[in-house]
Amino acid sequence: MPERPLAPTLRPFDAVGGWTIALLDSLGRFGTFFAEALAAVVTPPFKLRAFIDRIDYIGYRSLLIILLTGTFTGMVLGLQIYLTLVRFGSEAFLGPAVALSLIRELGPVLAALMVTGRAGSALTAEIGIMRITEQIDALTVMALNPMRYLVAPSILAGLVTFPLMTAIFDVVGIFGGYLVGVKLLGLSEGTYFGEMQTFVDLNDIMTGFWKSVSFGVVVTWVCTYKGFHVGHGAEGVARATTQAVVLSSVLILVADYFMGSILQ
Amino acid sequence: MIKVEALTKSFGRQQVLRALSLEVPTGSITVIIGRSGGGKSVLLKHLIGLLYPDEGRVLVDGVEITALRGRALDDIRRRYGVVFQGGALFDSMSCHDNIAFPLREKLRLPAAEIAKRVEAALAQVGLEGMGAKFPAEISGGMRKRVAIARALVTEPEIVFFDEPTTGLDPVLVNTIHHLILDLHRRFRFTAVVVSHEIPEIFEIADTVAMLHEGRIAEVGPPAAIQASPNRVVRQFIRGEPDNSEER
Ligand SMILES: Nc1ncnc2c1ncn2[C@@H]1O[C@H](COP(=O)(O)OP(=O)(O)O)[C@@H](O)[C@H]1O
Ligand SMILES: [Mg+2]
Repeated sequence: MPERPLAPTLRPFDAVGGWTIALLDSLGRFGTFFAEALAAVVTPPFKLRAFIDRIDYIGYRSLLIILLTGTFTGMVLGLQIYLTLVRFGSEAFLGPAVALSLIRELGPVLAALMVTGRAGSALTAEIGIMRITEQIDALTVMALNPMRYLVAPSILAGLVTFPLMTAIFDVVGIFGGYLVGVKLLGLSEGTYFGEMQTFVDLNDIMTGFWKSVSFGVVVTWVCTYKGFHVGHGAEGVARATTQAVVLSSVLILVADYFMGSILQ
Repeated sequence: MIKVEALTKSFGRQQVLRALSLEVPTGSITVIIGRSGGGKSVLLKHLIGLLYPDEGRVLVDGVEITALRGRALDDIRRRYGVVFQGGALFDSMSCHDNIAFPLREKLRLPAAEIAKRVEAALAQVGLEGMGAKFPAEISGGMRKRVAIARALVTEPEIVFFDEPTTGLDPVLVNTIHHLILDLHRRFRFTAVVVSHEIPEIFEIADTVAMLHEGRIAEVGPPAAIQASPNRVVRQFIRGEPDNSEER
């Protein structure tokens, strides 16, 4: 279909307009995708097997990396915070300082980033490969809704596993801080844990909890969406995987700020 | 009967189908031939409701499926079986589970009945005892046969085959053609087969339709197509090089 060429002065407007429409269009699709997934979550039949499989995929297989990064994060925190506190002679507060940083901020954020790198990317790649090899089309023509089989279980599993992974991250992190503070630098065990009990309250824990829940939804939503709407061929899958990890990571940090300011 | 009326579809500026019309009679084997990249898969995807046309419509027994969405479309799809170009087997599942999947999820049959039907389906395609293998562990020809078994296990009324033999050796090509013919005699489904196997495919076709430049250039029984005076058809079935429009 022949179109009349635009006057040169109008071309920038055309470009901006086209770009804006494309952005709104993809935001719309992103939202619709979530609505469809939600509809598949709340209407029967519930795919228990797929859900358990996704918990294994997102949660259990991320366990090792969570244990490793959690321990070292706690150890780094223990060392750095100790070196700061000791200048003011208040190293007794090492326990609560480590625990609060982990529970309110670092636990949810770092655990989410780690699970994104480990499982989110794999999720996008797996669904993307199912798309380009027509496995998703095969589900569709069997009159089976791919949202119900692939997307809904993943988002639900994210909802469940991210808080669990965060809790594990927090616990091993506090233990890492204990290793450095108590075993290495000689703080007393009673001080480390005792002060922690005094200063950490349920509110802090709930802050971390709600953050991790929202990260779980955001990450699985982004990663399944990117896999679902993958481009052509292996290159398309590679690009979608990168985009999924980058977008998830950015959204985790953005959401962290907003959740942090709401849930003080 | 499947009736395609003036189907038009473009991707961006590329017009793939141009007012294509075609009729697929019930209970027969209709073969679609045409050059690679010509839009055969795109046509098939309109027939199964995976793509929607820019213009035109597709009627299945008088129901306009190109106007349907969601549940209503799924009701039509329950009568379908589809063999995708690459097989589209679920690679997270064994061959047995691949074939069992539509029985379990679509028909909700009891486990014993499923096991029985899967074994029968595997036997039909000559793959007894291979159920435990995963798609990645078997050859291309076996994968195609598992895909055929999966498409037919729900006893569909209409079956679509997208290049069921491409990339297979000549013996396997014949094996699969005879398999399709044999299953067709038994179940009497309506078949739409996209194929490049010329002349072998003429042996199993009731009707052959040649897709060229977004339209059906010629349609008729195999003998008529083979004797066609149409230059486009002749060139294609004889595999003559086409110098007029090299892509
Ligand atoms: N989803 C799509 N998006 C953009 N272009 C497509 C899409 N599907 C097919 N095409 C294009 O349509 C043309 C016909 O493709 P296809 O139907 O797969 O050919 P074939 O006859 O070999 O099956 C090709 O040029 C292909 O690039
Ligand atoms: Mg094709």
